[in-house]
Amino acid sequence: MISVQEQDFDLGAEYSLLRESAGDAGAITIFTGLVREIYDQSQTDDSKVNFLYLEHYPGMTEKSLQSIVDQANTKWSLLATRLVHRVGHLSPRDQIVFVGTASAHRQDAFDAAQFIMDYLKNKAPFWKKQGANESAVWIESRDSDEAALLKWD
Amino acid sequence: MSTAEHRIKSMLNIHYFASIREALNKQEEHLELPETVSSVGDLIDYLITASPEAASIFNSDRSILIAVNQIVASRANILQPDDEVAFFPPMTGG
Repeated sequence: MISVQEQDFDLGAEYSLLRESAGDAGAITIFTGLVREIYDQSQTDDSKVNFLYLEHYPGMTEKSLQSIVDQANTKWSLLATRLVHRVGHLSPRDQIVFVGTASAHRQDAFDAAQFIMDYLKNKAPFWKKQGANESAVWIESRDSDEAALLKWD
Repeated sequence: MSTAEHRIKSMLNIHYFASIREALNKQEEHLELPETVSSVGDLIDYLITASPEAASIFNSDRSILIAVNQIVASRANILQPDDEVAFFPPMTGG
């Protein structure tokens, strides 16, 4: 199941939901992404991030995330998946993304969760704008995120 | 088909996101499909001639991604009436 939402999510509730729908799973991997205060090494203390704005493309976002989950399901034996991505205005330390995968054996759950994260960084229409002090800039995509996809070919 | 019917059926819905949206100061526009436009590349050429703001964006070396009907596409994609076209920068989710 996929959710794109402004509100925060409850880790315990998400885990319980995943566990209930996973049947006789032997493994559950959960991943949570957080908003960082220091985004890269060049930032100094007075340029710490004080807000993050996440724009998305309603409709295409859900389709893209579903396609990523579908691809994960063809690559690994998964009993359940759960994906939550927040949009709108966020602050440092906020939860931003939740990925949960359940499988009979741990390797499928581990690999699928990592695959889903690698893909949604590059292949789902989200854009981050980051504010520090009075200025705000759109975050550029990273070559390292693009390179991360190659390992799944 | 009469000319009027043809016109009604030849609209394009164009969406802009993130830095592209801000640079154009425009979130979306509805455009009657010009006769010269059959592909996404043609549409970009048309937008460039139609506004200096679009020209400065599409002629710059910034990376712009394209989606047609919410699926990632390229300049070669052929457009159909009522297509939804979107222009946006590389994605930065997660």
